[in-house]
Amino acid sequence: MHILPVLVQLAWRYLWRNHRRTIIMLSAVSVGAWAMIFMMALSRGMVDQMISDGISVIPGHVQIHNPAFLDDPSISNPIPYSQAELEHKFGDSGFVAWASRVRVPAVVMSERESRGVTLLGIDPAAERKFTFVDYDRVDGRFLDAVDDNGLVMGAKLADTLETGVGKRVVLMSQGPDNDIADRGFRVVGLFHANVESYEESFVFLGRQTAQEMLRIGDETTEVVFVGDDYRNVEPVYEKVTAAVDDSVAVSRWTEVDRYLGTILKTMDGFMLIWVVVIFLALSFGLVNTLVMAVFERVREIGLLLALGMKPGMVLGQIVIESMLLLGIGLLLGDLLAYVSVKPLESGIDLSIVAKGMEMFGASSILYPKLYLKDVILANVVVLVLGFLASLSPAWRASRYEPVEAITRVG
Amino acid sequence: MDIMLRLAWRNLWRQPRRTWLTTGAMVFSNVLLIFMISLQFGMYGLMIDNTLRIFSGHIQVQARGYKDDKKMREIVPDVRPLAAELRADLGSETIAARGLAFGLVSSEERSYGIGVYGVEPAFEPQVSNIPGLVGEGRYLDDIDAYEIVIGSALARNLRVSVGDELTLLGSGLDGSFAAAVLRVVGTFDSGARDIDRNIGEMPLGAFQEVFFMNGAGHQVVAMAPSLDDVPALESRIEAAIAGRNGLVVHDWDALEPGLRQAIEADMSSAFFMYGILVILVAFSVLNTQLMSVLERTHEFGVVMALGMKPGRLGGLVMLETALMGLMGLVLGAVIGAAITHWLGIQGYSIPGMEEMASQFNLPARIYPDTTWLSTLIGPAVVFVFTLLAAVYPALRLQRLHPVEAMRSA
Repeated sequence: MHILPVLVQLAWRYLWRNHRRTIIMLSAVSVGAWAMIFMMALSRGMVDQMISDGISVIPGHVQIHNPAFLDDPSISNPIPYSQAELEHKFGDSGFVAWASRVRVPAVVMSERESRGVTLLGIDPAAERKFTFVDYDRVDGRFLDAVDDNGLVMGAKLADTLETGVGKRVVLMSQGPDNDIADRGFRVVGLFHANVESYEESFVFLGRQTAQEMLRIGDETTEVVFVGDDYRNVEPVYEKVTAAVDDSVAVSRWTEVDRYLGTILKTMDGFMLIWVVVIFLALSFGLVNTLVMAVFERVREIGLLLALGMKPGMVLGQIVIESMLLLGIGLLLGDLLAYVSVKPLESGIDLSIVAKGMEMFGASSILYPKLYLKDVILANVVVLVLGFLASLSPAWRASRYEPVEAITRVG
Repeated sequence: MDIMLRLAWRNLWRQPRRTWLTTGAMVFSNVLLIFMISLQFGMYGLMIDNTLRIFSGHIQVQARGYKDDKKMREIVPDVRPLAAELRADLGSETIAARGLAFGLVSSEERSYGIGVYGVEPAFEPQVSNIPGLVGEGRYLDDIDAYEIVIGSALARNLRVSVGDELTLLGSGLDGSFAAAVLRVVGTFDSGARDIDRNIGEMPLGAFQEVFFMNGAGHQVVAMAPSLDDVPALESRIEAAIAGRNGLVVHDWDALEPGLRQAIEADMSSAFFMYGILVILVAFSVLNTQLMSVLERTHEFGVVMALGMKPGRLGGLVMLETALMGLMGLVLGAVIGAAITHWLGIQGYSIPGMEEMASQFNLPARIYPDTTWLSTLIGPAVVFVFTLLAAVYPALRLQRLHPVEAMRSA
């Protein structure tokens, strides 16, 4: 009944009988485990950043639009609720943040250049919690009210247009009856974003100012909601769906930005594949080690069996040996991953490939992230698959005929 | 030498299970490496080709400074004669002139800000695949006609179809107000949402009139027969425009810096993974060979006592490893190439792949590209590391004393 401690002790001693082999195998397991976790931390960091940048542009976790708006983003497809109705519906329903806005395509012109942009008419106070603008890095000032008369654009766009804080630009868009709505604005601020293309494509106005320019009363085209966790937007989605009727389309961010949505969905799958591939590469060495370990003590095993040790115990002892080997290797690998990821968490500068990262939709600083669930995944996969892989050598060892085994010449 | 070879071969098969397991590790890694590397190279090729074929081409002549901001007034003067001259000089048809402006297009019901390219209808099809993607209607044909082709998504958003008129508003080269009425003659469908929603093309002659360009444009685009020919073409074009002030020649890498960088970023993460695989195989080989040396200590002592030099014993161990490595290389290469080649014919797609593929201008179905290089590079590296892993066990033999060795069990 106190057999387990004995088996563990036996396994432990066998392990160190041939310490070179054990150390090599331990190194292999540690390197494998380190690589699994390190790679996962890098990928997680990159995707997290992409999504948090991406969501802040889309933005929000859940949005509502006029059903026609997604394919035809025009002022002619407004949200069928007035601002007062929206306040009434969502005002105190406990979202982390929500905001209604005017989002339409427009053309911005300086005296030198013109560019197509997305015009966002926003409530600066409500948006502050989730827009991608880095408020500490705004040249000039950001908008401060819905009726602010100024315009804020990206620093890169201002460069292209050869304009800047204090200068005037003309904004042209489509009015409700397809007459051209245009108006001059003074640029009051330039924002900086992690991804350069955002700086090129967005122009901010106060919501009310935008509505006046477009002559649309208090109509908006988009309402966005932010919940606690972008990975699980269902609670927000359900709450929003319950509050509205069929006249608007409710979408999760994964449906609006399908590229990011796909990445998030396939991410866990790719992590698992990576872990399994590394394990398979390790498994050959593991099985080899066990086979050798059994082979060189066939006579001892025969002796133990002859003395009355149950085949199950032999099997157990070898499986324990394998588990000890993997367990220690994993522990070392986990530690190694922890010490190598921690100092990198302040960010890895990838600006030499910034344009390339932008093609992936990622910013040029990578912040690796160690998730407990990834570490657990790696460890559990290795232990479970390792257990299965060690069954075959262990089984063979336990099936030896004692007499044959003892008399076998090593 | 022959006897050494036979000895090594026989030694390998004293422990067939161990040999197979070690070889198995190599084969597994090799197959994986061949597949991944072929897939990568296949994808990179497509990614570059598809991206460049849309607009940027292999090489462009532009005004100095134009590349970064695409400003209206950074022009190439007399752009059509320049393109014609380059075509004549280089004897190549794959050269075309373009202008680019940004403006607001309006239909009866809708208005959108877009980029409008002025193109040479006769030559644009040689440098871009947009003309070939016109689904409805036709591509442009007359260089002075007031016509436009637009992306299908833009046409849908504007609620226009072939034959309808659009108003184009913008500012001209001198900053003055530019306006024109253009007839939609065709729509194209590139599959890239940004392009189908934001781009139109009109004949360069009309473009120059509308935007008061005075014969100027912004780019002369050239395609080389293949990526390898780009540097040669670039230097010929550079020589041809040498006399013109303010013009520069950019190759695709300068035009689309994201492309190479995306590939580099992807490659470095891929090489990290490959490196780990190779290291794990090396550990496996190290373990096997060290064991096989240790368990033969007695035997080695005997042959040394009989006069065998430790150096030759070390050589024997290396030879055993090389034989094993060679088996792994050949088996891995054959199996890997077979699988990859089969997938290269079938093509394959990963669920959810479409979204990612379109981000990089890739088709949803991927055909790995099996070449000698992509097949052999992975296994060759594994082979080298296999040999390196055996160095330590082989060196241990040098310290072996025959008498002590023979005493060990």
